[in-house]
Amino acid sequence: MTQRTHNWLLLAPAGTWFLVMLIIPLIVVFIFSFGERAPSGGVVLAFSFEQYANLPARWAAFKNTMTLAPIGTLSALLIAYPLAYFLAVKANPRWKTILLVLVIVPFWTSILIRSYAWIFLLGGRGIPALLEWVGIEGLRLINTPFAVLVGIIYGYLPLMVFPIFVSLDKLDKRLLEASSDLGAKPWKTFLQVTLPLSIPGIATGCMLVFILLMGEYLIPALLGGGKVFFVGNALVDLFLQSRNWAYGSAVAVTLVVVMLITVTIYMRLISRLGASREDVSIM
Amino acid sequence: MTKKTIDHISKKEFMEKLESYRKGSITRRHFLNVTGLGAAAAVMGASVPGLRPQPAFAGDIGDRVVLATWPNYHDPANFDAFTEATGAHVQVNVFGSNEEMLAKLQAGATGWDVYVPTNYTFEDYVKEDLIEPLDTSLLPNFDASAFDARYAEAGSVNGTLYGVPKNWGSTGMAVNTKHNGGNAISSWREFFDITMDQFSGRTIVHDYQLTTIGSALNAFGYSFNSVDEKELADAEKLLIDVKPHLFAITSDYQPGMRNGDAWLTICWSGDGKQLNTDMPEIAYALGKEGGEIWSDYWAIPKSSERKAAAYALINFMLDPSVNAKEVLAHGYPTADSRTYDQLPDDLKSDPIIFPAQELLSPLEFGAAVTLTDPNRAELMARFKSA
Repeated sequence: MTQRTHNWLLLAPAGTWFLVMLIIPLIVVFIFSFGERAPSGGVVLAFSFEQYANLPARWAAFKNTMTLAPIGTLSALLIAYPLAYFLAVKANPRWKTILLVLVIVPFWTSILIRSYAWIFLLGGRGIPALLEWVGIEGLRLINTPFAVLVGIIYGYLPLMVFPIFVSLDKLDKRLLEASSDLGAKPWKTFLQVTLPLSIPGIATGCMLVFILLMGEYLIPALLGGGKVFFVGNALVDLFLQSRNWAYGSAVAVTLVVVMLITVTIYMRLISRLGASREDVSIM
Repeated sequence: MTKKTIDHISKKEFMEKLESYRKGSITRRHFLNVTGLGAAAAVMGASVPGLRPQPAFAGDIGDRVVLATWPNYHDPANFDAFTEATGAHVQVNVFGSNEEMLAKLQAGATGWDVYVPTNYTFEDYVKEDLIEPLDTSLLPNFDASAFDARYAEAGSVNGTLYGVPKNWGSTGMAVNTKHNGGNAISSWREFFDITMDQFSGRTIVHDYQLTTIGSALNAFGYSFNSVDEKELADAEKLLIDVKPHLFAITSDYQPGMRNGDAWLTICWSGDGKQLNTDMPEIAYALGKEGGEIWSDYWAIPKSSERKAAAYALINFMLDPSVNAKEVLAHGYPTADSRTYDQLPDDLKSDPIIFPAQELLSPLEFGAAVTLTDPNRAELMARFKSA
């Protein structure tokens, strides 16, 4: 067997999978997006830009998604970083594995069931009832953007913790010692050594969480009480309720484009950050 | 004890557990709408070999029949009895809306053998050639004369029978009277007014254009089914004004009503009955301006590959003694006079299940155009994203 056929054979399963499960459906959605809605739902193929012209009618959904996805990603980062730092740097090695497993344990239950738990926690008989005991009354948590944010942070935290943990765990501890030997205060060591070296983990974590959040629909539907409307929710309604596949496809294509642009800008920023870091280390 | 009996008991227990899980606060239309978990659980039940029943006698209808239905809409004991009698296991897929069922059937093969479409969908199913004409000779338990025509007529399109009546019900409102001086609310105008006043933050409307837009139209005295532009514009303005005062837009309203976060909701009569049974302070009432009355039907999708089993299941469920158990389990009324005669008296006189005729007369059946009107769909999207 030549090296060439060997390579093809190795690539074949993944390639077929991508073609059948990703490329072909994307092409179908792209073609549908120029179609029109059939009278009783579905799609009639056409060549019309009408669906794209209608996009402003879903502006609010895009706005909500583009607001809560970055806020959710940043909040998850702020909470995940100290946790990952503790696990990688401070935790007793004997306990490390157990602590890591504890981070994964929530994944053993469906996000759906866990979101229902939050419905109870944030509902009138949950946290607000506890707060009433200490004199804070009339607090409404469930079915607000805040509740959606809590659900997002909770649901996506492990995805942020792990990449950061990996990059911090690999970190050469001698660099930290060297920094301190050379007279740097701990916070300076953190800012100039630890943080820059963990940027790949931060970048990966943020990207994982952000991309998944852009397509999120379950958490807004359950914890936002249907009042916080993401693009994902708009898509579900368009396909399963109004059965306007053509318009739904146009919204889906737009979401993919928005995501590609955002991720490209983000990658550029990250690689530039990486480049400037090398400059610093040379100095 | 033989192994067969053990299998049988464990399956039964499984179904009971599944059912109590369904009846708990986490599983309502919306839950299923977003997940299909009910379907997944039922599929799981059917595919675990130990949970499969052994046929009591060798029937020729095959080993299973797939039913697409609504949540909390059957007595599981009836399915067990069917399996015992025929050897065919009933695999239940649960759905949240007619639109979703239609979308699935439009998208291609579903594997369903029996489903339960609502009155206003038949025209579309016939137009799209997705529904099987029924051969009444295979349904000896169906007696057309036993059914109230009002709840049976939508099952026929152009003189061909496509569906036989299952149950009917109304769409009204449920209020926790504790917060309203012990009084029920019985007008849609009052429903929206009180929401923008002392019930602010406590009201739920459905995540369903048909009923939510319909109720807002009713508040102006317009038809539940209106697709008139000016009337829809009035309804939209009302809905957008009321949105900041809503607790939620969801068809999953039982949990909110039960835990006290929500005080008022648009409500289907069966849910109204269930809420009122468990919490007598929750009162169900019909809007005096009007509202929706609906009727569900047993029907067979054209794509079914087990039609003999489909007919057998429908025929079994049409047996008045079986049907009466269904009504006892879900609290929705039946249009079958033979079944009605078998119901206990307190159920026959229950004002939620069988409302007085004068309360029913202003109600309207949903129209096919109401379901498919693109303007109503877009209005709902604007309301939800506002």
